[in-house]
Amino acid sequence: MIDVIRARLQQGHRTMAWPDGPPPPLAERFRGRPLIDASKCRSGCSDCAEACPTGAIDLQGGVRVDLGRCLFCTDCAAACPEGALSYGGDYRLAVRERAQLVAPSERELELAAALQGRLRKLFGRSLKLRQVSAGGCNACELDVNVLNTVGWDLSRFGIQFVASPRHADGLLVTGALSKNMLLALRKTWDAVPEPKIVIAVGACAISGGPYVDHPEVANGVEGTLPIDLYVPGCPPHPLTILDGLLRLVGQLEGRRGAEGVSAP
Amino acid sequence: MSANSAGERFATTGNGRALARSAVPELPAPELFDAVAAAIGGGLRVASFFGLAEPGSDDVGLFAVLADDRRARLHLGRTRVRGSGFDALTPVCPQVHLFEREIGEQFGLEARGHPWFKPVRFQRSLRPGHEVFGGPGGAGPEVGVTDFYRVEGDEVHEVAVGPVHAGVIEPGHFRFQCHGENVFHLEISLGYQHRGVERAMLGGPHKRSIHYAETLAGDTTVGHATAYCQVVEALAKCQKTPRAQALRGIAMELERLANHVGDLGALANDVAYLPTASYCGRLRGDFLNLTATLCGSRFGRGMIRPGGVGFDVDAAMGSDLLARLDAAERDTANAVELLWDAPSVMARFEDTGPVPKEMAEALGLVGPAARASGLPRDVRHDHPSGIFRFSHVPVSTWNTGDVFARAYVRWLEVQRSIDFVREQLRSLPPGEVRSPVGALAPDHVAVALAEGWRGELCHVALTDAAGRFERYKVVDPSFHNWTGLAMALRGQQISDFPLCNKSFNLSYCGHDL
Repeated sequence: MIDVIRARLQQGHRTMAWPDGPPPPLAERFRGRPLIDASKCRSGCSDCAEACPTGAIDLQGGVRVDLGRCLFCTDCAAACPEGALSYGGDYRLAVRERAQLVAPSERELELAAALQGRLRKLFGRSLKLRQVSAGGCNACELDVNVLNTVGWDLSRFGIQFVASPRHADGLLVTGALSKNMLLALRKTWDAVPEPKIVIAVGACAISGGPYVDHPEVANGVEGTLPIDLYVPGCPPHPLTILDGLLRLVGQLEGRRGAEGVSAP
Repeated sequence: MSANSAGERFATTGNGRALARSAVPELPAPELFDAVAAAIGGGLRVASFFGLAEPGSDDVGLFAVLADDRRARLHLGRTRVRGSGFDALTPVCPQVHLFEREIGEQFGLEARGHPWFKPVRFQRSLRPGHEVFGGPGGAGPEVGVTDFYRVEGDEVHEVAVGPVHAGVIEPGHFRFQCHGENVFHLEISLGYQHRGVERAMLGGPHKRSIHYAETLAGDTTVGHATAYCQVVEALAKCQKTPRAQALRGIAMELERLANHVGDLGALANDVAYLPTASYCGRLRGDFLNLTATLCGSRFGRGMIRPGGVGFDVDAAMGSDLLARLDAAERDTANAVELLWDAPSVMARFEDTGPVPKEMAEALGLVGPAARASGLPRDVRHDHPSGIFRFSHVPVSTWNTGDVFARAYVRWLEVQRSIDFVREQLRSLPPGEVRSPVGALAPDHVAVALAEGWRGELCHVALTDAAGRFERYKVVDPSFHNWTGLAMALRGQQISDFPLCNKSFNLSYCGHDL
């Protein structure tokens, strides 16, 4: 028993101060929101778009990266002869509308607004989610799960993952939605009582990710369930996911965490 | 089996080598199957066994990769199947049971005499128009619809779980045949994560190939990407620099550390021992963050690239990593060693879910699950490639085959991986980190094995006349080990399923591809 107490003292208190204090340090090489300096682009050059494994780069009317498809893999940056593309340290990527994810880089991303009215009243201080994994690689699931560890302590925000869809206020879906999971996802959704929300986490759930246009998948949840929050990434960093969840339930308003801090 | 008889029926090669497809002798199916059975009887293992469409004909080629762990050799054999099927090898060689089901499903062939011939992933055939498990009118199989085992009797009941589970985990379907609390049999039916990666690899390498490799199993990003790169480099005759090899080894062992430490915490959680569960949950993140320092991604995305690695480590980063590794080592030892002194933990770990050595061997188990049953198999030792040829990691084994053994082997491996990473970081050889990779040799075959944290990863690529992938076969360790979990549950209480399951912690996506 004395060893358990000694261990407790050695391990210390580990729950992060964020969102009232600074966010946990991100790696210097962390790849957040891609940055494009279109003034460097050579006319007629399409090297970045051709290098992109998921077709996330659109060159019509300037260079636009679809964050919903982006794997944050740097293949575009490596292909660019002018160094016009880079990845910034901004981890805040979650939005409420799919179209926002295709915003041109010179515009600020319209980060997720809080739920309003009845939904805010119901879910603002208590949100129970059923997670459904549907045709991905398990990385998103793992970094969602990390939010339950002592460092992140998701339950301090009243957000919790529950075992049954009947106890849930919504679904958090990961994966490209394999055809083999279509029925199970629909049944799970039907079992969640109204009103309910859907959170799509990761490039797969938003667009199909690396498996986009495979006949074995449905290119993500879009078109199958109505999505209320999009969290891009492959996988998104836990901080990106938590930032999105807290914005959705309105718990970042007026707190230091709302501003975000870039990686060094 | 003597080395000579292997030489007549198989082409012999080594890990990470390529050879001409024509060098692999084609035998009649019964002869190949007899040779495989004899080799298995002589102590070899089936690392991979798969079908491929033979161009210009309706035939299906079958390709076997046998691993001789004692001599660090791989034996490749092949045959050709005409007609609707072949006589199954499974009745005399149980470790191919899932491979033969997979061949059946992927190429529309019947494995005649297979004792439990049913779908693996409920996927469409890779040979259009040939479905062996499909519905009427050429339809593919419907997921979860198959003949499940059923034990009859008044007091026998069935418990079905999934595909959607209670936790934040991947989908799969489990059916238990129970008598009261006791489990007679567990059947595991997967395929829900199937996203068509092997089919999509055909015609590559292309710009998605490395990303497919990195997402075969997200928690094994470094492992699968390493195996993929070894295959490509073998086919392209690319030599990696010593520095690149050392950095790959560091990434590989950091991946093992994060997952093993996370598993030890999760095992503690499943027996409600919260101190270790809480500490290890946090420490897993510390190891992931070391990988993020290397390459910007906690899962190692972007680190392993054909020809070497995507990121270098400078002196400042090296000392930062070493300091953080020391701190994580201290806290991990402190957190994990609590387990072995807690009677409430040991009472739950010991004698739960035992897999005897003979069964582990017959089923062809790999990784910590095999080593916990006393089988000293580890690709880093038996078929070393890259840095593991020069810097040896001792093989960690235990002999009780139970949950305790699977936990304790992880702890032994954690300590050895930390030593390895520290040694590599202190003595990084100079040089570039990435070498150019040319075109792949046409009409060649290459096999790569790598010891991922769950066990042996096996990638096999066969190129066509243009040097493109005509077949790309992936075997995740989970493919071998899911049956081990099913067998571990026999005679156990159903309430111990979560604990047994966590002690294997197998991949659904790595199995489903």
